[in-house]
Amino acid sequence: MGNSGEAVRVAGLRVERGGRTIIDGLDVAVPAGQVVGLLGPSGSGKTTLLRAVVGVQARVTGEVTVLGEPAGAPGLRRRVGYVTQAASVYTDLTVVQNLRYFAQLAGLPHAGAEAAVRRAVTAVDLGGHAKQRVGTLSGGERSRVSLAAALVGDPELLVLDEPTVGLDPVLRRDLWAMFRRLAAEGRTLLVSSHVMDEATQCDRLLLLRDGALVADTTPAELLTTTGAPDAERAFLALIDQQAATSGSTSGPAAGEGSR
Amino acid sequence: MTLTTTTAGRVIAQLRFDRRTVALILVLPCLLLGLIAWMFDGTPVLDQFGPMLVGLFPLIVMFLVTSVATLRERQSGTLERLMTTPLRKGDFVAGYALAFAALALLQSLVVVGFALAVGMDVLGPLWLVVVVGMLDAVLGCCLGLAASALARTEFQAVQMMPAVIFPQLITCGLLMPRDQMPEVLEWLSRVFPLTYAVEAMQTLAAGGEWVDVQGAVGAIVLFIVGAVALGIFTLRRRTA
Repeated sequence: MGNSGEAVRVAGLRVERGGRTIIDGLDVAVPAGQVVGLLGPSGSGKTTLLRAVVGVQARVTGEVTVLGEPAGAPGLRRRVGYVTQAASVYTDLTVVQNLRYFAQLAGLPHAGAEAAVRRAVTAVDLGGHAKQRVGTLSGGERSRVSLAAALVGDPELLVLDEPTVGLDPVLRRDLWAMFRRLAAEGRTLLVSSHVMDEATQCDRLLLLRDGALVADTTPAELLTTTGAPDAERAFLALIDQQAATSGSTSGPAAGEGSR
Repeated sequence: MTLTTTTAGRVIAQLRFDRRTVALILVLPCLLLGLIAWMFDGTPVLDQFGPMLVGLFPLIVMFLVTSVATLRERQSGTLERLMTTPLRKGDFVAGYALAFAALALLQSLVVVGFALAVGMDVLGPLWLVVVVGMLDAVLGCCLGLAASALARTEFQAVQMMPAVIFPQLITCGLLMPRDQMPEVLEWLSRVFPLTYAVEAMQTLAAGGEWVDVQGAVGAIVLFIVGAVALGIFTLRRRTA
């Protein structure tokens, strides 16, 4: 499993949102230096878990440890990059202006910031749009600017909430290749998705449903244990299995059993 | 400090793309003053009330502009992202305050210049009118930022102006001299920042010097600091 330990460890996580318990007693670990996919249907608690990891989620109980520090600790803010589901960049600024601002926030000195901005623009294939205002870009281009804004600070842990939604297949393939490259260079990526095909690109998979872990596995393991031909059907098979075995009780204990 | 100025620079860059807002900020107070000057042409009204309006109109305009600022960041998701970066809450609020203070200085120069052009005579020193005008506008910005941090929706944000500014307008001494007001209202006016903004300008209109307005100016500065502190305090890194 993890070669250099764990990038994220979640123990007994419980999150309430709008009077509802979104996550109830979640235990999960993200090994360092890997691409870990967080999969599950919409409403399964993926975003809530990611928000807890980056330390912006309120009403969190339990332990969330990120790179050896409690989630949200000031020392982590330079080491963790977060990309929200909706493109969170300034639409009234140009691509370069946005990236320069986030580079400066990440503490890069001026000269380093310019180089980092160029690298990030190239990484998300926005070379031709560098001087364009984000508001005039397409939805897919905007989400790439948002991704670049996290890449620009070169964080050790990248937390990406559905980064490939609305992107064409070529670009999705290129981005996943970049994720793999970043992991090979020693960074950790926690990537949520509800597109099950993307599961095969990950080193590990965390399958979430109703705020509980259904499986913590690898893509190969997932297919062999379920005997399903693809990730989507494997996920459905796991849920059916779980419903059949657990009956009334649910939660992480049942999830652990499916490994 | 550097992240504060970086943020101020980013806000100014955003404003530079939004020429219409900048034009409104600079032109609208002049337009309103022009109407007053025209209406009371040939009377001493502009000399008496002009300086107060030079303080008030920019304050209200700036309050409105900044009261949606935090809300915009919140709804675009950029605030959530900023809260995961090394940016401190103080950098965020002070960055906005600094950017709008620069605009407020420009606004004060334009508005005072315009008021003089349409015939306003100020007995006190003109540079003080510009300084107090700018401080009034900065006060409007900072009150707007503090109110903005409290608003969760657009509906709430637009109502912050009548909720925060109108009671102050009524009791600040513009409608009735403060010493003629019911005692409780007079006490109330003393804890409202707008009272000092108007008082300083009234004093300058009547020929007051720096020594006569330094108390009121000190109060305005304290309220600016207080509003920034409130804006920082009400900002939450973790949200539901």
